[in-house]
Amino acid sequence: MSTPTRAPERGPGGGGIATGTKRRGDGLFRGTATGAGVLILLVLAAVAVFLVYEALPALSPDAEVDGGSLTAYVGPLLFGTVLAAVIALVVATPVSVGIGLFISHFAPRRAAQGLGYLVDLLAAVPSIVYGIWGIVVLSQWMVPVYAWLTDNLGFIPLFAGPASASGRTILTAGLVLAVMILPIITALARDIFLQTPRLHEEAALALGATRWEMIKYSVIPYGRSGVVSAAMLGLGRALGETMAVALVLSVSNVVTFNLISSTNPSTIAANIALNFPEATGIDTNVLIASGLALFVITFLVNFAARWIVARSGAKA
Amino acid sequence: MSKLIDVSDLNIFYGDFLAVEDVNMTIEPRAVTALIGPSGCGKSTFLRSLNRMHEVIPGARVEGKVVMDGQDLYDKDVDPVSVRQHIGMVFQRPNPFPTMSIYENVAAGVRLNAKRMKKSDLDDLVESSLRGANLWNEVKDRLDKPGMGLSGGQQQRLCIARAIAIRPSVLLMDEPCSALDPISTLAVEDLIGELKNEYTIVIVTHNMQQAARVSDQTGFFNLAGVGKPGKLVEIDSTSTIFSNPSQKATEDYISGRFG
Ligand SMILES: Nc1ncnc2c1ncn2[C@@H]1O[C@H](COP(=O)(O)OP(=O)(O)OP(=O)(O)O)[C@@H](O)[C@H]1O
Ligand SMILES: [Mg+2]
Repeated sequence: MSTPTRAPERGPGGGGIATGTKRRGDGLFRGTATGAGVLILLVLAAVAVFLVYEALPALSPDAEVDGGSLTAYVGPLLFGTVLAAVIALVVATPVSVGIGLFISHFAPRRAAQGLGYLVDLLAAVPSIVYGIWGIVVLSQWMVPVYAWLTDNLGFIPLFAGPASASGRTILTAGLVLAVMILPIITALARDIFLQTPRLHEEAALALGATRWEMIKYSVIPYGRSGVVSAAMLGLGRALGETMAVALVLSVSNVVTFNLISSTNPSTIAANIALNFPEATGIDTNVLIASGLALFVITFLVNFAARWIVARSGAKA
Repeated sequence: MSKLIDVSDLNIFYGDFLAVEDVNMTIEPRAVTALIGPSGCGKSTFLRSLNRMHEVIPGARVEGKVVMDGQDLYDKDVDPVSVRQHIGMVFQRPNPFPTMSIYENVAAGVRLNAKRMKKSDLDDLVESSLRGANLWNEVKDRLDKPGMGLSGGQQQRLCIARAIAIRPSVLLMDEPCSALDPISTLAVEDLIGELKNEYTIVIVTHNMQQAARVSDQTGFFNLAGVGKPGKLVEIDSTSTIFSNPSQKATEDYISGRFG
């Protein structure tokens, strides 16, 4: 790049090409924006460094950890974290897409608006409230459901039972998480569906598509990558959610795909919340090491989401 | 397969705004009817009311009659979806389904109408439709490539192939050549000349030479002023409209002395 030649300085009203002064706003803006970006990176790096540093004592092979080794302790937690988040995602994504489509393409304008507000409102409810709702209401509702599931579908390992009498299972926790991530996925999905180009919708309609067929032919293909990234955002939130899970789940440190029994793996975030206040010495380091694992997983999920979106975006 | 369409006392609204007022016209079968007129006079609006695409816009509605085959298309028990299966449409800007291949784009209409078809029959239909749209030779080696990978003119002919694949009786075209280069335009015009042997065609165009070249009858729309509804000034055989129109406004518009 060559340096631009500066016009000779002139007095005000001289009519020449303006130089220098007008750019001050630009410079200020660029400075602040760059500063903010750098600050975020620094904070992230600081968090990572802190986690690694504090986790180091627990990472050494001769550290004394409950349950034998660090992997034996963190493994089930990691498993529980991912399992609960995946349950939440599997339940929440189809429901969110359904509600999003209903709001964007089916509901009469007035009803759509009301429903939209309601969904946004759900996003604003603090997670502790969901936790209380999960333990007081949902887990009670689920007790007979779980009993029915073991009796009738017990041959599927997921529902092997014996059914939990309290209803406080990993499935309940997953369902609470699903309710929590529903609003964010729904809101994003709705916005994407609303942006479907008219031209694509009319292409389908003009061929004699019904409303549902129009959605299948134009709205869903258009929104697919957006829905994937919305789901990944939801997954990120589900992975890190603490209070709701800590309240709902009755835990033992196991790895099992049995979703409805009274022995359930805990999740990393909930485990930290429950145990950190009383932890001392090496136990603190172990908990922080598990936090490091969560940090890494969340990062991986976000990268995966970006990769998926970039790939499907390039195709369309 | 082509059909005669009889339009009587048609008023077309966007909410409370009357966009097109009191249209009466007969659209001849196996012929090309061109609609011309200044921008904003309601040509697209009128065209879209012929296959009930107008009403997909929120608040849009129609009063009056559009009769095809003795059946009023706006009758209460007529399903707009089936109207659109009989009256196909090609848009101003090519709009192939972006995620679908060339083959799937052409087959889309048939799949939609839930007709079960043997693979070989479907292959034949896709080929004949693409041939009908003068596109077969250009794409026969890459039917499984995305439709968006074609040039603008090819995409527009793909959209025509998609429209004729469902064997409509009538084909509506809204400025089908406005986004195309002269060569693609000629290809589409030739195609229109061939298609009129089988279909009733209504085409909106801003290009007077095009109207003169391709159409058998021409309708001239005009509007009295901003905010006033558009009206059909006259409709007659194309040669009459271009040589000896009965209305002064038509003559002014055609000779470029408009406004
Ligand atoms: N979706 C819409 N909502 C409200 N008014 C509309 C809508 N589409 C068109 N109109 C109005 O209806 C009138 C006719 O528009 P139309 O698009 O039919 O004109 P046109 O003759 O096709 O013009 P052009 O030659 O520029 O395409 C115009 O006044 C326009 O502003
Ligand atoms: Mg138009």
